[in-house]
Amino acid sequence: MAAGIPKKKLGLSAAKSKRGSEEPIWVRWSLTGFALAFVAIFLLLPLVNVFAQAFSKGWSAYVNALANPDTWDAIRLTLTVAAISVPLNLVFGLAASWAVAKFEFPGKTILITLIDLPFSVSPVVAGLIYVVMFGARGFFGEWLDEKDIKIIFALPGIVLATIFVTFPFVARELIPILQAQGRDQEEAALTLGANGLQTFWHVTLPSVRWGVLYGVILCNARAMGEFGAVSVVSGHITGRTDTLPLRVDKLYQEDTAAAFSVASVLALLALVTLGIKTWLENREEHDLALAQEAEVKSDEH
Amino acid sequence: MSIELKNVSKQFGEVAAVNEVSFSVAEGELVALLGPSGGGKTTVLRMIAGLEIPTSGDLFIRGQRVNDISVQARNIGFVFQGYALFKTMSVFDNIAFGLKIRGRKRAEIKERVEELLKLFGLEGLGRRYPHQLSGGQRQRVAIARSLAPRPSVLLLDEPFGAVDAKIRQELRDWLVRLHDELNVTTIFVTHDQEEAMEVSNRIVIFSRGRLEQIGTPRQVYEEPANEFVARFIGVMNVLELRVENGAARNHELSFPSHGVAEGQSLRIGFRPYAVQVSSNLGEYRYRAVLKHVYFLGVLLRLELETPSGLVVRARISKEEFNRLRLAEDQPVSFQIREYRVLSREGQSLESETSIIQPLSHGEGI
Repeated sequence: MAAGIPKKKLGLSAAKSKRGSEEPIWVRWSLTGFALAFVAIFLLLPLVNVFAQAFSKGWSAYVNALANPDTWDAIRLTLTVAAISVPLNLVFGLAASWAVAKFEFPGKTILITLIDLPFSVSPVVAGLIYVVMFGARGFFGEWLDEKDIKIIFALPGIVLATIFVTFPFVARELIPILQAQGRDQEEAALTLGANGLQTFWHVTLPSVRWGVLYGVILCNARAMGEFGAVSVVSGHITGRTDTLPLRVDKLYQEDTAAAFSVASVLALLALVTLGIKTWLENREEHDLALAQEAEVKSDEH
Repeated sequence: MSIELKNVSKQFGEVAAVNEVSFSVAEGELVALLGPSGGGKTTVLRMIAGLEIPTSGDLFIRGQRVNDISVQARNIGFVFQGYALFKTMSVFDNIAFGLKIRGRKRAEIKERVEELLKLFGLEGLGRRYPHQLSGGQRQRVAIARSLAPRPSVLLLDEPFGAVDAKIRQELRDWLVRLHDELNVTTIFVTHDQEEAMEVSNRIVIFSRGRLEQIGTPRQVYEEPANEFVARFIGVMNVLELRVENGAARNHELSFPSHGVAEGQSLRIGFRPYAVQVSSNLGEYRYRAVLKHVYFLGVLLRLELETPSGLVVRARISKEEFNRLRLAEDQPVSFQIREYRVLSREGQSLESETSIIQPLSHGEGI
């Protein structure tokens, strides 16, 4: 009896592999192997290397590199930029996705296209746009100079460039969720006496909370990690307009190990983002599934 | 009057979804808005709620004109087709929502919600979330939620649409009992005529944005105002007759001319129960072959075909069927006990008053 069971199992798996939709075992294994090898060589190895290089001169050198006041200024600037641009993009993303998902209005298609613009434009071009507008020889250059307002080579310019590069994240994330949900729950809130703001706060926002968090996490990661657009508008003034990525670039010219130490902070941020993102994706799928289930129910007739 | 519509129309772009509709609903009534999909019934319900604004006409709730009054201020309860429960809130919070928004005290909210949970057989489910409930439970939560702030009118959009056939019947009975108990003015939308007949005190029938008839279930069944209603409520055999030599004819069947001129036509209708069938070929006036027998439970539906190919639907009880020893493909005789004139040539359908004409031929059962 006991000997019969494994045989039976073998028979089952043999029958399974004969199903038309399944590839032979060697195809599956070589494809999986190829994908894993690719990921290991191009993603995992460099990441490990960042940490290996960072610690190449020992723990104390690593700590010293991070303790450098210029590095601290870069960290502070990066956090400041993220703290301004992420909330602004959150508000913009919520407003835009709500408008796109729930209403019909002239210019809707244009708005959707524009939301995607930063994904298709090179970050360097994004930076240059602001230089052309606010730089010393830009459209508003003279006027800004008279008023003694500095945008380019200062914090405002870095924030503007960061906002530009990161603004699709929240909106892109929320549009499909809000569209799947339809207007039923909001209308139900209205019939129960809630006004527009109460409806948004108690009904709409909670139903997309995981999507909002997901968008914010991605937006934040990009805001902290952006190099190209920020590089153009920053002016690379050490201790004043260097963000973390710019600091890494500058250190790399002088002290490789120190550059990798600072880079490891960014890499760590990426790993944390990845972890939270994976967790949120599960929550969000759950939200979306619920929304679609409700949708199917009301579509049945 | 609890609710009154006067010449209400709603235009969506080029499409007239609702066209010059007027009717009123008395306090405490249970009324069905019935019609095929696209008939405008849901739009009427949404206009009463304030979710749609009428393009023209006046809408009154308890004597007050509410055209310009917001959804929030109308004090209506609305139950959506897919229930639209707040999925991020527990059952308790769903039901409490309308009370919280109105700024009621905590203790008062708790008392009211618990009262409703009990009334709706949802005790112990207060902490569950909508996705953890069955279809029937969800619907009850949706109704409890809409009733929590004590609305003056309860509006339900296809309340039995999203549940399976067996639970449907239970829910119908339950809604009737609930209405008897609470006595709140209730209007519900349905495309199912049986449901409308069974549940409501009165039925408002819509088709293509127009109000076709309003009346008690019995009135719309026995005295349909026009051919649309006659065909929509229950099964109706409809024949187009042409007057020749003083009698209105179609195939073998002939009827009095009802004052229609020679060569002109008229349409008549008769219910399947008004067709009398016998296995004795000499008993009734017309001959036919029994083509099909459909068992519906206690009743059977018969399909008769006359020698010239006209198909007539009849309905008899099981006892009757057994007594007559009928079988498929058997020759039978039949007659039509009563029928209604639906329209005469040159006259509009709506203005036609229908008359029941008992026939003198043959004997009743």
